[in-house]
Amino acid sequence: MSGTGPRESIFPTRMALTNTKTRLKGAQTGHSLLAKKRDALTTRFRAILRKVDEAKRKMGRVMQLASFSMAEVTYATGDISYLVQEQARAASFKVKARQENVSGVVLPAFDVDRSPGTEFSLTGLGRGGQQVTRTREVYAKAVETLVELASLQTAFMILDEVIRATNRRVNAIEHVVIPRLENTIKYIMSELDEMDREEFFRLKKVQGKKKRDTDAAEAQRKLDEAEAGPVEEEVLPPADEPIANSDLLSSKDEDVIF
Amino acid sequence: MASNAPKVDRNLLAVIGDEDTVTGLLLAGIGQVDERQGKNFLIVDTKTQASTIEEAFKRYTERKDIAILLINQHIAEKIRPTVEKYEQAFPALLEIPSKDHPYDPAKDSVLKRVQKLFGE
Repeated sequence: MSGTGPRESIFPTRMALTNTKTRLKGAQTGHSLLAKKRDALTTRFRAILRKVDEAKRKMGRVMQLASFSMAEVTYATGDISYLVQEQARAASFKVKARQENVSGVVLPAFDVDRSPGTEFSLTGLGRGGQQVTRTREVYAKAVETLVELASLQTAFMILDEVIRATNRRVNAIEHVVIPRLENTIKYIMSELDEMDREEFFRLKKVQGKKKRDTDAAEAQRKLDEAEAGPVEEEVLPPADEPIANSDLLSSKDEDVIF
Repeated sequence: MASNAPKVDRNLLAVIGDEDTVTGLLLAGIGQVDERQGKNFLIVDTKTQASTIEEAFKRYTERKDIAILLINQHIAEKIRPTVEKYEQAFPALLEIPSKDHPYDPAKDSVLKRVQKLFGE
């Protein structure tokens, strides 16, 4: 029974048994908690997966729209790309990272942080200003979609990694730690039982020996008694010794040496 | 997991793309030109070498102030091995369509993983 499967090298004592049982209980609690965490994360992961898929497709449409409006600008204003590139100084369109907590996992999410910039306000002043403004808005919207998608994607990547780690842990506990602890407990139990049996047998043996000794002693005593029996009967009469006091000299007493 | 926590100073977007895409995004106001770190956008045309793109990709992914890196899909295609290898959470890498190259979900590194997980 103790030889099945791996177990910890531990000395089979009652204290080790108590310790191992506590550890097994701890491992089981940990396992159920981790399994719950995994389930929560997987639920979240599924939801995010679907959203990522949707957002990617939406992004395709939005970017197409944006490109189209860019073409409008080029048509109305001419090529403004060089101008725009040179005017870029400080970003007015930034993102802010926000954190969300899903069962102990920190998921980042980006929020759009737009400061009203004055840059490019002169772009297209000559002609096509309206188109430029509209394009700016369209692109801003597109970037918002992109930011949203980026948050989802980051959450997706992190969740993926965390779920993998959690799965590894759950499986390790389920298939390695718990069986090993169970084996250890079985081993300790069997060893303790074995020790119990040995002890019982030893006590039996001792008892048997004692009984034998007493019996022998008893037999010896009986034998002695049997031998000394007649002598004792002769010795018994001294109860009325004072009466037979006059006889004291007539009877030869071996105890009297003078 | 602590290493995954976003830095507070990550607030910029960076872009590697063709002229129209970059111009549009700059119009939206994502452009940031820094004395020290240079521009946060790279315009790629037909003459741009793959090594230049790769170098820019590495530079942007190593910058500490960039939260999202946008890259045109047809450009990502040119440096696909580098993109495939990229697995960091920050900055988030996003492949976007461009004017002349419609979006193909089958080529996207992330979407590929999504599809695989969905078992399609």
